[in-house]
Amino acid sequence: MTSIPSAGALPIEIHDLHKHFGPTRALDGLDLSVAEGEVAGFLGPNGSGKSTTIRVLLGLLRATAGSARLFGADPWRDAVELHRRLAYVPGDVTLWPHLTGGEAIDFLSRLRGKPDPRRKAELLEAFELDPSKKARTYSKGNRQKVALVAAFATEVPLLILDEPTAGLDPLMEAVFTERVREAAAQGTSVLLSSHILSEVEKVCDTVTIIRAGRAVESGTLDELRHLTRSNVTAVVAGDPARVAALDGVHDLQTHEDPEGTRISFDVDNTAMGSVLTALSGLDVRSFTAAPPSLEELFLRHYGDDVSADGESTDGTGNAPGRHAAAPTTSEAGAR
Amino acid sequence: MSTAVAPPAVRTAEPARGATLTGTGALVRFMLRQDRVRLTVWTASVVFFYTYFTFALNLFFDDPAAMQGRAALMETPAGIVMGGPGYGLDDYSTGVAMSNEGITWMVLALAILSILHMVRHTRAEEESNRSELVRAAVVGRHAPAVAAIITLVLVQAVIAVLSALAMVAVGDLAVADSFAMTIGSGLSALVFGAVALVVCQVVGHARTATGVSLAVFAVAFVVRAVGDIRELGGSTLSWFSPIAWAQQMRAFVDLRWWPVALSVVAIVALLVLAAVLASRRDFGGSLVETRAGRPDAAVTLRGPLAMAWLQQRWALLWSCLGLGLMWFASGTMLPGIGDMIGDMVVDNPVLAQLFGDDPSQLAVGFISVLVLYAAVCCAAYAVVMAQRPKVEESSGRAEVVFSHPVSRHRWLGAQLAVAGLGTAVLLAVSVYGLWAGAAIAGWEDQGFGDYSVVVWTHLPALAVFLGLVAALYGWAPRLTGLGWALVAYTFVVGMFGQVLDLPDWVYRVSPFDGVPEVFSEESYAGDLALLWGVAVVLTVLGFVGFRRRDLVTG
Repeated sequence: MTSIPSAGALPIEIHDLHKHFGPTRALDGLDLSVAEGEVAGFLGPNGSGKSTTIRVLLGLLRATAGSARLFGADPWRDAVELHRRLAYVPGDVTLWPHLTGGEAIDFLSRLRGKPDPRRKAELLEAFELDPSKKARTYSKGNRQKVALVAAFATEVPLLILDEPTAGLDPLMEAVFTERVREAAAQGTSVLLSSHILSEVEKVCDTVTIIRAGRAVESGTLDELRHLTRSNVTAVVAGDPARVAALDGVHDLQTHEDPEGTRISFDVDNTAMGSVLTALSGLDVRSFTAAPPSLEELFLRHYGDDVSADGESTDGTGNAPGRHAAAPTTSEAGAR
Repeated sequence: MSTAVAPPAVRTAEPARGATLTGTGALVRFMLRQDRVRLTVWTASVVFFYTYFTFALNLFFDDPAAMQGRAALMETPAGIVMGGPGYGLDDYSTGVAMSNEGITWMVLALAILSILHMVRHTRAEEESNRSELVRAAVVGRHAPAVAAIITLVLVQAVIAVLSALAMVAVGDLAVADSFAMTIGSGLSALVFGAVALVVCQVVGHARTATGVSLAVFAVAFVVRAVGDIRELGGSTLSWFSPIAWAQQMRAFVDLRWWPVALSVVAIVALLVLAAVLASRRDFGGSLVETRAGRPDAAVTLRGPLAMAWLQQRWALLWSCLGLGLMWFASGTMLPGIGDMIGDMVVDNPVLAQLFGDDPSQLAVGFISVLVLYAAVCCAAYAVVMAQRPKVEESSGRAEVVFSHPVSRHRWLGAQLAVAGLGTAVLLAVSVYGLWAGAAIAGWEDQGFGDYSVVVWTHLPALAVFLGLVAALYGWAPRLTGLGWALVAYTFVVGMFGQVLDLPDWVYRVSPFDGVPEVFSEESYAGDLALLWGVAVVLTVLGFVGFRRRDLVTG
């Protein structure tokens, strides 16, 4: 029961995993793997099965069918041994109301067996957490910090993070991102579940997108981007109708500007060459092209699925045509 | 008071001085609606107890001799602590007994109602952020507190009127004295409600506020008791307790109304103090900052067993203290009750039929009832504590623990071990408390050894309660509440079974049926072994089920 085949086995390997709660199929044939030293993003909207997957991996839930392996071992049967080698941060942390944050951190570190006071102090400072307050007085963000400090305080080969930054302010999110990068640099594998795309984009090597209990897309960030569109904004003196007419240009919008006509549109990456050719004849005053953000990937993906399913019950509820326009917000513009 | 220092611009925005009370009416209606079930149950329960005691006193003490026996008991220190100041003892009647003995307990019940009501509608609301929404609406600063006071006064008034009417109707008691007693009790209780409101301004948490307010009541209880023991009928010290202000109206003896004024003055003074304090603090803030805890855990906080102990120890301590004192006090009354029942039996042939005529056996019968009460209390404790794992699981704390190298068996074992040990300690404290009280009061028919037998023969029955909840937790966590059904069943069968003459199997279901009668010589090894067996099987089932099932969060 305690012998865990470790050499060569992937930290996380899930194949055709099913988990049913009565008639509900929370997981419906999920595939997911995380290689050693890899930071894997696990994206999906609420209720898509992210937390269920993680709970199966932690041995809290028993899989209905299919296989889930951690370091080659069974997460249900060998839970205790496996948990020596991983740390977990839930998305909604509940603590012992009468213990202070510091006490909770110590208790959890001691359960894992290797408390390191220096590291704890250093993390408390980085996350700006007061450990002497009772947990019931902590805000959601501070409870989250307690779980993060406890997780990062011990060195483990695998981190499982379930929407870990819920309630953190942007400064603390940056601290978190830095810690994940640090851990990855030391060879720790990370599974980061999130619906905050920028977070995944910042730290992840690979991304798996889950929907209705099934992985609908997975690969490296570059692979996913390659398949999709970029966002272009330009100010031109000439008539932009020629650009609008090109194949692969979507959702072109024009806006009269003192310097000329401001146009913005999405373009299939395969059609970028012909767009540049067309633009060069229009006396371009300014030009920016942004690679697609995950936000766009994400919405586009769900949008396509939604349209394929007709009126899906999925919560995103976006029609495909609107997606390309949606991310022309700060996220896309910043690139 | 805030308008006096407010700059002119603010004054125009807050045109009237009464603006701090805007919205009070709406809040009163809202609170009454929100609490309609809770307040109805409270009212019905209190009125029921007034009715029941009036009825019972009339029924059992229609014989003047029996009533004088009770009066004699009320002169003893135990009688004064558990009863009242001890007036009108020369001519003890139903009304005098209600007034002398009942007021302490009525004030206790009504004070708990008052404290919970005030904390619930002020500090608890603030803590939960619900009242942030309310206060952001067109509602004045003092409106929630004033609305809470108004609703409380309304409820107390309804209870006082209905209770007095019940006493008049059922006991045919004097109208003025009945109203004096119920109104006096209600106003005394309101003093503690006003105390709670002041405490809510000072401390930052609802639970702390409730605890401090109840502690103030406990002090008032002790002051009254000590004061009355110093001088029968009440000494100067007694007057420092609001409970005495109701008792000293001396209803049904020589009624006087002026002590009520003390309650009224105290309530007004406390409310003014609360308003002043409230104006000086921020929303959600407190005058006493919560003190910082320890940044590092004690070295002993290591592993699930230590955590379970940490979580259950205060409940265990308070249960031991409260129940231990209660059974100790009951023990001190044993000799008096033995004599009293003995006298009554001699004078009253009907009672002799009911209780038998051997005084020592009467006392044993009485002790066995007390032991049953104590055991049911311990069973309730066992059920509460055996449900701790479920609380941990649904709150999500268990999930965090289980993501560490902790097995299901180790965690559940730790929870149940602490629960079981606590139950055993509570049983021992209760039973030995009874023994100690009886021994100090001079009752020596049974010794330490006899009571020790009572302790260990009850242990397997309590283990069955623990095992049942554990088994339910392992296989059907939603049904752990069924443990309460067994507690209720045991109590009803134990108390009323003999009277109702039920079929044999009905008794066999109750775990306490396997426990021998107290201080009897009967052989019980077989029954006890069976109980232990059932308890072990149920517990093992619980472990097996819990290892097999999914963890349920939320």
